[in-house]
Amino acid sequence: MSNIPSDLRYTKSHEWVRQAHGEAPDGAVEVGISEHAQSALGDLVFVEVPQAGRSLSAGEACAVVESVKAASDVYSPVSGKVVAGNAALATQPELVNQDPYGAGWLFKVQTNVSIDGAALMSAADYAIYLADEAK
Amino acid sequence: MGLKTALYDTHVLLGAKIVDFGGWEMPLHYGSQIEEHHAVRRDAGMFDVSHMGVVDLRGDRVREFLRNLLANDVGRLKIPGKALYSCMLLPNGGVIDDLIVYFMSETWFRVVVNAGSRDKDLAWIRRHAAAFTVSVTERHDLAMMAVQGPNAREKTLPLLAPAQRTAARDLAPFCGAALDPWFIARTGYTGEDGFEIVLPAHDAAKTWNALRAQGIAPAGLGARDTLRLEAGMNLYGNDMDEDHHPLESGLAWTVAFEPGNRDFLGRQDLENLQRGVGHELVGLLLEERGVLRSHQKVLMSDTAANADDSTALLSGEVTSGTFSPTLNRSIALARVPRTTVSKVQVEIRGKLHTASIVKPPFVRYGKILIPV
Repeated sequence: MSNIPSDLRYTKSHEWVRQAHGEAPDGAVEVGISEHAQSALGDLVFVEVPQAGRSLSAGEACAVVESVKAASDVYSPVSGKVVAGNAALATQPELVNQDPYGAGWLFKVQTNVSIDGAALMSAADYAIYLADEAK
Repeated sequence: MGLKTALYDTHVLLGAKIVDFGGWEMPLHYGSQIEEHHAVRRDAGMFDVSHMGVVDLRGDRVREFLRNLLANDVGRLKIPGKALYSCMLLPNGGVIDDLIVYFMSETWFRVVVNAGSRDKDLAWIRRHAAAFTVSVTERHDLAMMAVQGPNAREKTLPLLAPAQRTAARDLAPFCGAALDPWFIARTGYTGEDGFEIVLPAHDAAKTWNALRAQGIAPAGLGARDTLRLEAGMNLYGNDMDEDHHPLESGLAWTVAFEPGNRDFLGRQDLENLQRGVGHELVGLLLEERGVLRSHQKVLMSDTAANADDSTALLSGEVTSGTFSPTLNRSIALARVPRTTVSKVQVEIRGKLHTASIVKPPFVRYGKILIPV
């Protein structure tokens, strides 16, 4: 069974969203891909994250994760402005495999939208969604 | 449900991620494709290759038959056990498949063909074998595994009886021997030393586990692909196919035009083509971050700068691309117009990236062979 932290929100395209803490500006959320997504992709060898300052619409393709076998787009779960991309992934793409909910985060977006909004799934709903997808 | 090899249950028990490959349910990796790749380059890894077709050809005229069927010349095989890599060609020179042929005896040759093309191969072989009264038998009763890496042979030898062990140890590269119940050959598809072992399917799981106990790491088709590409070896369906002849697929070295009186299928058209081969298969090394993939467009750098009517002529295509775990860079094989330029532009998701043309192999016997 895949690891699905209960404090995050999820998308149908397997991104997760976290209300960022600490150094991030108010209203910024952190985005990455789920444990399930990294496992399905396999060893990542290249990650491209959006530049700070870029404006994103919810559902917009804004990052790329490439494994040995294939490239996949990552879609922004929310609208807003990018405040940071995870620079460490340029040299250590494997962080996404090793720690998808921690050191393997992809980018941070400043947004006015509440992540509790209806478009995002709770951990419980995402677990059901994964189970349905596997059928 | 797809076809399963005798080792399918073993792969599942080992936690393999199973994917469809040419109609077969095969292991892609057992956790980390990159670690499996490094295991083969640095120590020893093993692959289930039982999905490939083992075909025995028997008859008094089998050598004569194969000298007609194959672009390479089995007349070169003098010692029993010796192997030869060859293409099987359509009359127009298109590649039906690539294969390995083993000279077992004067009345018995064994060929190993690709999983994805075995049905059409068998039909083609049977169609031409009849005239030579050669019998064609597909060996569904056999399994096949490849044990590859600098320590692969040493780790495999203890599984053999003492007399057989000596025979296996003394095998020269690209030679095999029937060591009952195994047929073992010093061949492979990784650019490393090692063995390929053909054995009864019912012994496969037991042997696999014994090899694992020797410290040989199970490796999946994912690592097999990155290893073969680093070694500059073609993959059928990517780097060669029925729409391209061997001379534009980096396979001129496998076509034996000498002796000139040997008539093989495809010879006439290839001889005509030889005079004006417009394309060649080259190696590419991506100079920037990113990953080369098959079907990406390749533009010659000088024409990319001043687009004119000739631009369309001076573009090619990546036929196999991947991330090379040994180089930590992206590499590819690409079919491009014959050229003297040393740099090209590859279109990756709408953007042009610079790659340099290099001569494969990229990596052999654990060593990087291109300038990086």
